[in-house]
Amino acid sequence: MADKAPLTGSPARRMRPKSPNIQIYRPQLTSVLSIANRITGAALSVAAVMLVAWLCAAAGGPQSYGAAQAALGSPIGLLLLFACTFAFFLHLCGGIRHLMWDTVHGFELRTIYTTGWLVVGASVVLTVLVWGFGWFVGGWY
Amino acid sequence: MASGDFRSPLARAEGLGSAKSGTRHWWLQRVGAIALVPLTVWFLVAIIAHAGADYATFTSWLRTPVAMTGTILLLPVLFHHSALGLQVIVEDYTHSGSKFALLIAVRLSCYGLAIVGTVAVLRVAFGG
Repeated sequence: MADKAPLTGSPARRMRPKSPNIQIYRPQLTSVLSIANRITGAALSVAAVMLVAWLCAAAGGPQSYGAAQAALGSPIGLLLLFACTFAFFLHLCGGIRHLMWDTVHGFELRTIYTTGWLVVGASVVLTVLVWGFGWFVGGWY
Repeated sequence: MASGDFRSPLARAEGLGSAKSGTRHWWLQRVGAIALVPLTVWFLVAIIAHAGADYATFTSWLRTPVAMTGTILLLPVLFHHSALGLQVIVEDYTHSGSKFALLIAVRLSCYGLAIVGTVAVLRVAFGG
């Protein structure tokens, strides 16, 4: 809405374009992982609400626990859990990368891309490992 | 004192910046993050090990001192970290008067959920 206002009028009233103009800015690994850490953080907050609901179901007794387990075991439930697993690992690995940055290490351009792809790779591998284990060893379905 | 530094001597000594909170938010988010690395990984591994478990199996696990303590440790740290992160998201993207209502709602919901989750664990552990 603000972006469509004309660039005319007194300087103070002009609707100037707002940084960082993400609609024209080429996505890069650095920027995508940055916003991904925020999005997964928000998504995991929703997952945390589901975790509390699940604990409450367990506190409610066998019947409510069974209903919660059935909901989680449904196709939509499994899809949500899978998405949550990937979001968790992306946020975990991205968070560890942030903690490394907090010690003022790893700011060279090459290192930033290496650790960025490491975060992506580790998240994919860990998600596949968890679900592979659960599916084939733990017998989920 | 650098030229162009117009802060009062007290403000310079406190070093808290214009928001008057200094690095407190950033620091607490990091402390929570460090605690959550082992807590969440432990919880995930435990949950995978009990995936699809029936009620009796799951509750007998949650009743063990390690599982109960770990889960009750996890909840407040998780929701505190969550509250700090969601606070920044609200601050960054909300520019209307509802910003303050949202900030209060986020903080109270997170603390409330941590308590509800803890009570649920205690009920499984000590109830009937």
